Amino acid sequence: MTNKIRVATTSLAGCFGCHMSFLDIDERMLQLVEVVEFGRSPINDIEHCTDCDIGLIEGGVCNSENVHVLREFRKNCKILVAVGACAINGGLPAMRNFIPLEECLNEAYINGIGVENAQIPSDPELPLLLDKVRPIHEVVKIDYFLPGCPPSADVFWKFLTDLIDGREPSLPYELVHYD
Amino acid sequence: MSKTITIDGNTIPFEDGQTIMEAATAAGVYIPHLCHHPEFTPHGSCKLCTVKVNGRICSACTFPAMEGQDVLNNTKELTDDRQLITQMLFVEGNHLCPGCEKTGNCQLQAVAYHLNMLDNHFPHFYPNREMDASHEDVLIDHNRCIFCTLCVRASQQKDGKDVFAISGRGINKHLIFNSQSGLLKDTDLDATDQAAQICPTGAILIKRTGYQVPIGERIYDHKQIDQVSLETEHHQHDK
Repeated sequence: MTNKIRVATTSLAGCFGCHMSFLDIDERMLQLVEVVEFGRSPINDIEHCTDCDIGLIEGGVCNSENVHVLREFRKNCKILVAVGACAINGGLPAMRNFIPLEECLNEAYINGIGVENAQIPSDPELPLLLDKVRPIHEVVKIDYFLPGCPPSADVFWKFLTDLIDGREPSLPYELVHYD
Repeated sequence: MSKTITIDGNTIPFEDGQTIMEAATAAGVYIPHLCHHPEFTPHGSCKLCTVKVNGRICSACTFPAMEGQDVLNNTKELTDDRQLITQMLFVEGNHLCPGCEKTGNCQLQAVAYHLNMLDNHFPHFYPNREMDASHEDVLIDHNRCIFCTLCVRASQQKDGKDVFAISGRGINKHLIFNSQSGLLKDTDLDATDQAAQICPTGAILIKRTGYQVPIGERIYDHKQIDQVSLETEHHQHDK
């Protein structure tokens, strides 16, 4: 075991845009990996979240697997962070909250243009959809929030360097955006 | 010798008939607000301008300035209260900024930025609200209405019309239009009316004008709402 700070990341009901923005810290990533190693993350394909210091969650919860993963992160991360608009308020996926789930499924898999062999997917391996998309703070306790769609690379950098250097993380006006 | 109050320990002059908000704005002191506008009768509904006057909680936009008032405005406690109020406004409607034309120019969003609001804290209501796109030039998105009544007041007091009203109570409260059909297209609203321009959120939008200002040049991209508010409202109070 190293003494590096362990960071895990995941995208639930998100678009991976927040992860792309995180990677936009560019060459600062080299500075970061001197003090940080990654646990579960799409960056390295590790599949389960084991003991970590910081968990970064992109996206809200839209299905049972999202809830399961989110709880695994909460259980194993000392600090859990909601990253981006979808994690904080449901975001774009939450726009389905105003349409009954059955109508959504019918539109996508039964009545949609160009659908052949129409059937609603029901393989037992597929996670069940929740009736509404929810922000993650409604499911588990969240310690910090990084707003933005996506939060800029500078937001990730400011937040992580604050935490790593032992400061209480804070975002100045220029870094707070909801869009 | 003019009459004075103090706001956060600073002496502020006022004239009889002025509210605390008016005296503060004239002196260059920003008190956060959404439903207040210097040109219209105060409404006192958004509660963002909550201040402590001699230990009592008051709305600065409706409370008259009086000799001997010791007003607290910019304190940690009041900022925390205002942040909670703003969070409640966000979860009560559907304020999804990335998909809203008003983003960057929105007062609700700008107040939240100013208060360093990073999350919505409360569970979301996700109320099912309609849109009215019937009007040729103006779009109403009820999802974003915060019931500040600025459009109601502007239509009555400035435009000489009576296009808007608030109907219902509590969670059923909603904006209605003055027409037989209930549709905006059958009212006498014009896009140039102040009522169509005054919305502090993205609830009333002028069609075919969205996203014309690029990111970086929008009202609140580099200026905080306290600065913008004092620049635009200072002279309006003097009228």
